[in-house]
Amino acid sequence: MSQAQPRLRAAFSLGVTALLVMGLVASQWLLGDSPQQMQFDARLAPPSVDHWLGTDALGRELWARTLAGLALSFWVGCLAALLSTLIALSLAAIATLSARLDALVSLLIDTLLSVPHLILLMLIAFALGGGTQAVIIAVAVTHWPSLARVLRAELWQLRQAPYVRISRALGKSRWFVLHGHLLPHLIPHCLVGALLLFPHAILHEAALTFLGFGLSPSQPAIGVLLADAMRYLSGGYWWLGVFPGLGLLLMVLGFERLSSHLRRAL
Amino acid sequence: MLKARQLSFHFAPKVPLLQDISLTLCAGQWLGLSGDSGAGKSTLGQLLAGYLAPQAGDVTLDGEALPKSGVQPVQWLPQSPELAVNPRWRVGKILREAWTPSDTQCQAFGVQAKWLSRFPQSLSGGELQRVCVLRALAPGVRFLVADEISTMLDPITQVELWQALKREAEQRQLGVLVISHDTALLERLCPQRLHLSEGQLKPW
Repeated sequence: MSQAQPRLRAAFSLGVTALLVMGLVASQWLLGDSPQQMQFDARLAPPSVDHWLGTDALGRELWARTLAGLALSFWVGCLAALLSTLIALSLAAIATLSARLDALVSLLIDTLLSVPHLILLMLIAFALGGGTQAVIIAVAVTHWPSLARVLRAELWQLRQAPYVRISRALGKSRWFVLHGHLLPHLIPHCLVGALLLFPHAILHEAALTFLGFGLSPSQPAIGVLLADAMRYLSGGYWWLGVFPGLGLLLMVLGFERLSSHLRRAL
Repeated sequence: MLKARQLSFHFAPKVPLLQDISLTLCAGQWLGLSGDSGAGKSTLGQLLAGYLAPQAGDVTLDGEALPKSGVQPVQWLPQSPELAVNPRWRVGKILREAWTPSDTQCQAFGVQAKWLSRFPQSLSGGELQRVCVLRALAPGVRFLVADEISTMLDPITQVELWQALKREAEQRQLGVLVISHDTALLERLCPQRLHLSEGQLKPW
């Protein structure tokens, strides 16, 4: 039971998150241009039967904009986490080639970890001119160090494993050892690492967009919705900030739970 | 001929493990190596197989340095077979990593066909050790360093394993360095025996 339970929980989390993701992906087609449709006779309408989560200052349905924002955040988070994992894996592999390269990679990891994330994110996103691409690159470039540190340690340990040394002694090339022995062992680490990066990536994307360094204000991103909501909060229009924020929180929590269950199961 | 000349090795500076060790292992020769725990027997075995580099001295094969690529002519067989195999690979893939033994060779080492589709975790230590020994006998291998390979096996499995290895070694004129604490085993298997103590080799 002790071994089956983490796997069961991981499977449950995976199922719930997969449903959430499928819903988000499907919503992109089902919504069409509803997130942008304005109804000037229903501006800043509170949640009701006609307007499920209320409307914004231009009469746009908040449920449609929240769904579209979450879908956008999901893609940005996915791409950033994937890119970040690839950077971490590549640098960890490079670090195992020699002691000098290892010292260099370690220095790079320590340097990046010592700089506050958000400041570096803003600088990179600003330097790249903002927009979706800039946000993805900025998040990817700043989020790899923790995972790279784990993968580097794991690779160093694996390289000393008798079966890896025997494989080399049996005439297998470095490339064979890498893809035959080392990388398959790292896949679970990469998977969990990418899933742990994902919520961070989404939150930082939203934060960047909220601060005006991220996605374009014309896109229905969660950061844009929250930034817009700030202007109306003092007027009592609570739904503008609460629902997009709640959606973001649920998605981040879902992926965080999934990654922690997977980490235990794998 | 595998030759070690004045090998010295230490893991920590100022704490020498092996000092000026020289030994020769000829084709077809069975040489026994005993010594207390921590004396450096396994380290010497790994130096001979090229797994470790000595701080002084060298290991040569027919007067030349050990090759840096390809199947190494000196193969090391560790004590724990479960650490010597990739836990994510099936036994068939493990066995075929270097070469494909014939059914007769598998039978000679007691490696059963039904094991090949299993993962190593489902095999016993003795069964897995047979697989490891057979894997190490790839074409081109001329010397074996058998590092306590039968310590964790029951007496019957020990006899079967050593008999199979003895037959194969005689056929191929393999030189074998048998490392063990078991002096009775070394006396039965090896006409020449050495004892490692305080970093030095002594005959016994």
